[in-house]
Formats: sequence, structure tokens, C-alpha cells
Amino acid sequence: MFGARSFLYGLTAATAAVTLAAWPLAASAAGKPIKIGAFVSATGPGSFLGDPEGKTLKLEVARINHDGGFLGRPLQLVLYDTGSDTKQAVTFVRKLIDDQNVDVLIGGSLTGSTMAVIPIVQNAEIPYISLGGAVEIVEPVKKWVFKTPHTDRMAVEKDYIDMRQRGISHIGLIAGSVGFDESCRGQAKDLAAKYKITIIDDETYAPTDTDMTPQLTKIRAHRDLQAVLDCGSQAPTAITARNYQQLGMTKIPLYYTHAVDSQEFIDAAGSAAEGIRVPAAAMLVAAQLPDNDPQKKIGLAYGKAYTAAYHQPISTFGGHAYDALLLYTLAVKKAGTTDKAKVRDALEQLHGIVGVDGIYNLSPTNHMGLDTSAFHMVEIHDSQWKLLY
Amino acid sequence: MAEFLQILASGLTVGAIYALIGLGFSMIYNTSEVINFAQGEFVMIGGMVTVTLYAGGQIPLAVAALAAIGITALVGIAVERLAIEPAPQNNLTTLIIITLGVSITIRGLAEVVLGKNFYHLPAFSGDTPFDLAGAEVTPQAFWVIGSLIAVMLALAWFFNRTRLGKAMLATSQNRMAAELMGINVKMILRLSFALSALLGAIAGVLTAPITMTKYDVGVMLGLKGFCAAVIGGLGTATGALFGGLLLGVSEALAAGYISSSYKDAVAFIILLGVLFFLPEGLFGRARGERV
Repeated sequence: MFGARSFLYGLTAATAAVTLAAWPLAASAAGKPIKIGAFVSATGPGSFLGDPEGKTLKLEVARINHDGGFLGRPLQLVLYDTGSDTKQAVTFVRKLIDDQNVDVLIGGSLTGSTMAVIPIVQNAEIPYISLGGAVEIVEPVKKWVFKTPHTDRMAVEKDYIDMRQRGISHIGLIAGSVGFDESCRGQAKDLAAKYKITIIDDETYAPTDTDMTPQLTKIRAHRDLQAVLDCGSQAPTAITARNYQQLGMTKIPLYYTHAVDSQEFIDAAGSAAEGIRVPAAAMLVAAQLPDNDPQKKIGLAYGKAYTAAYHQPISTFGGHAYDALLLYTLAVKKAGTTDKAKVRDALEQLHGIVGVDGIYNLSPTNHMGLDTSAFHMVEIHDSQWKLLY
Repeated sequence: MAEFLQILASGLTVGAIYALIGLGFSMIYNTSEVINFAQGEFVMIGGMVTVTLYAGGQIPLAVAALAAIGITALVGIAVERLAIEPAPQNNLTTLIIITLGVSITIRGLAEVVLGKNFYHLPAFSGDTPFDLAGAEVTPQAFWVIGSLIAVMLALAWFFNRTRLGKAMLATSQNRMAAELMGINVKMILRLSFALSALLGAIAGVLTAPITMTKYDVGVMLGLKGFCAAVIGGLGTATGALFGGLLLGVSEALAAGYISSSYKDAVAFIILLGVLFFLPEGLFGRARGERV
């Protein structure tokens, strides 16, 4: 059954690739195009990540070409949809490297697909900017691998700091059983001692679960419960929030990670989203930032362009792709060439780069370049993101 | 005690959904001996079409739901007419594999036509939970359980009191004899697909406010419904009912009292246990092999 399913995904992906492979030869830009190879989970379970990522890449490539391209050369985007299938990701990355001879790889919406393509990328010696979340992608440092999204570890730290400020020390933990959730759950347990947090209950659910009240009932039974942290990253996250409200637990603060930072989550959770706290990148609350905030301008511009083009609100996920392309173009500018080894070296020297996800300070030992300061604490209020600090 | 009731309520609601889907499996199995793996897609179509009509078309929820259930029944007939009927009828495995193909096709079409995001439907009677001796139960849970009871009563009336229902029963008992008695077996087969699509769609509409809906929700719900039907005994309505409830309640109890990690394992242990000790299911009758 699943073989047949991946066959279908393969088919859709192949069709998508044919239609999506953009050939943006802007009139003003001459010369051989710079080839951007991208592979995202535009369909399948990871579509909430890959869909805005792919759209952002198309939007940005079109904008850069409209402005005359780069180094006098247009950008050419070759975008594949992996259908959230790791095997497809591997196949497409081979194709991008061997057949398309791309200059850079961007993508791997899921931690799983990123980890699977790393050996190929390392072998082919091509700069690769991953859009996967987990910290293991860049720790330990791999020569050709970079990433833009904040890690699960940073998100948990931000949540813990906020909890301590509110005098919370005893929390219940709930997480799904997919890659990001598992990793986040591990980080939450690992960091608990450092922030003097006691995890009094630890529950899980499957990504296809439809009702989390049994798990939450169990958590609720603890008398010393002060807050709940949900490490969930895929759809049932909104169900947890709804069940939380149903069980009358809304007086107990509920925290999520940046994995729910999309309007889709707020809409799905409805009134149950009220009062939920999440760490979020500046772009989600760009309009509420003080005017002197360096990220305000870029965040607003990205949000405006994206909403104008696709009639959808931005999510944090498209921002990862925006920053990946930004870092690459800046590295090319710094290196003055698209030579792979020189661009890679230039990537490591990028400092103080203002992206929509945060301010990047890359180095030979840090291939992500963000720290917890890239996160703002945000509370959902009247179905809107409200900036706390 | 309140804790137990809370977990029980959750289990019964989820179980009622499994039972509705299991009923659809049983109905088609009865008339054609085909296990229709596209059953989960009927659930998905029910939910997704309702959401599309309601949110996109600004049609009142009740009308959208009824229209979606009707559309799904038509899809059921189309599946029988276009995919099952033209295939050679003497090889069950082929037919079952065809239903797999149908389910993939429907899922792919839904992804393209209806969209690939999660969609959410408002609850029929609001979100304010009732307090039942300390357990917070949503109004939607009453809708689900009430609909299951209504469906069971309607089916009992249909099979015992109407000529058409009796013709379906006759076909399920002996297809050739039924044909010789002048029953239009082809029509009965189409009807069984229409009815089970209808049941699936009802489940889909009822669950969309609880679980949200997406083009691929049918996969897992279909599998759980299939488990429910097998546990209860394929082909019996009571079997699907109790199989579904047993599955839902034991999953909830496992999540609430043992560990949520073992929840799915419990479902499969029950399935294995039933298949090992009662291969025909809890309520199944031994079937003679036709030679």
C-alpha cells in the first residue's frame, strides 16, 4: 500500500517538477544563469512546511531577476516536490547535482530528508542550506551543510526562560512521535535541569491521533502542575489546544514551539488558541516591533510581498527559505563568484546578516548562526500574534 | 472517577467513529466479499466536500453536509460502476487491489481539487463542553454517538423491513440464488457501494469538527475502521459496532492509564488476540467456502 502511495507521490512530484522548473530569463540580466536547486515537501504530511517554502523561493527568485539578477546573471530555480518522502528527496538531490549541475542546494523541509541527503552533498562538495529544524543537522558541523531555521533546542530554551520569569517550575510535557517532536522532547528533558524545571509528566501521541483528552486528563491529574509544553510539530497540535480548552485547563499556561507558527494553527485551534505562548521569529510580529528594530523592515517587506502574491498570511516556514536564498546570494556577492568552494568559505564569514528569522552570525564552527535572541515571545490573542517582548 | 469518565467519553467518541467506518467495510464485504480499501477516502470526501462548500461556497452547514454526503454516495456508485464492475469478478485479490488503486486516485484528486491543507469545520452545536459527573464532554461527541445510534436503527429497519434491504441480505447470503430469484444483483452491488460511501461520509462530516480534515485523513481512519470491522467480525453490523467501541475505549484507556506510547500497540494486540482465538471475529459466523 505504501509502495503504491510513494509511487503516486513520485508521479505528482515529477509532474510538479516539470511545471515548476522555472526558467526566469529576465531581459535585463545576461549571462549564464545561476542555478538554485531546491527540494521541498510541497505535498504530503510536511506540506505545511514545504508549500510556503517553495512559494517563497519562487517569489524571491522572480523578484531578484526582476531587479536584474545577480553578478549580471539571472537566477534559475529548479524546484522539486519530494512529497515529504525521504527516498524522493535523495533521488531529487542526485538529479539536481548530476543532471542539473546546480550551484547550490536549498531544501529538505524535514529533518529526516535533510539527514538523508547530507552524505551525498558532502561527497559532491556543493553548498547546501537546509530548511530542517533539528539541531543535529549542524551539530556536529558538516563542511558543506548550513541551515537557517531556529532549532528545537532554542525554542525550548526560550519557553523555559519565559516560564521561569512567570515563576513556573513544574510542567507537563506532551509531544508527537515524529522526528521533530521526538528531538524536541529530548531537548526539553535535557534542558530542564539547567532552567530548574521539573517535568512531572511526559505524554506522547501519534501523528494521526484524533483525540488527546486521555493524555491531557492524565497530565491534569497532577496537583502541582503549573504549565504544559507541547512539542508537537504536525497537525494534531491544534487538537491538543482544543482538548486543553475542552478540559477546562486554560488557566494553566500552555506553551508550544515555533513549529506551530502559522496562521493555519491559529485558525484550526479557534478560540482555544487564546493565551497560548510561542517563541516566534520577528517577521510574524513585524508590524508590532519598534521602528528601530533591524528586522522590522525586512519582515514587513517579505510579509507584504508574500501576501500580495499568494493571498495567504506568512508562516515562519517560508521565512526559512527566504533567509536561505538571502544567505546564498550574499555569500556569492562576497565571494564574487559562484565557485562552490569559495561560496562555502564566504558563507562561513557572514556576520550580522539581518534575515527574517533573525540576525545571522555564521562561523566555521556555527553553520546556523542564530541564537535565542532571534526569538520573540509571542502570545496568541484574538486569533492574532501579540508581541510580548 | 471523573478521570475515568473523561477517558471513557473520549474512547466512546473515537470508537463510534471507528464503528461508523467499520460498518461501511462490512456492508460492501457482505454483498461482494470485497474489502474496500477506499472506504477511508469516503470519510475524507465527506469531510472535505463539506468544508469546501461551507467555507468556500458560503452554504449553510447543514445543507453543505447533506450535499457532501450525497456527492460521496455518487462517488461510491461511480467507484463500483467504473472500477469494480468492469473487472473480472472471479478474483477477489484483484478486486481488493483495485480498491487500493481507487483510494490512491481519489486521494490524489482530492489533493489537487480540494487542496492540501488541514481544514476545520465548526462544531454543530458549539464548543461549550457539558459537565457529566466531572467529565467534560463536547456537544460534538453527543452528535457522533447519537448519529451512530440513529444509523444502527436505520440500518436495522432497512434490512428487516424493506424489500430492497431484504434483497441485499439475500444477495449477501447467496449471490447465485438471489440472482435466480430475480434480484438484480448488479444494482444491489451498486447500492451497497452507495450505502457504505454514505456511511463513510457521515463519519467524515461528524469527525471534521473534532479531528479536522485533510486529503489524506482517510488512510489512518480507514485502517482503524477496518480493524474495528475485523475485530467484531467482518460482515456483521453488531460486530462493527462493538469492534469500533472496543477499539476506541481500549485505546483511550491505554493512553490514560498505561502510557500513551503503547496506545496503538494495544489496538493491534486486541486485533491479533481476536484473530488468534476467534478468527471470525467477536460476532462473526463461520462461513462455508463456496466450491
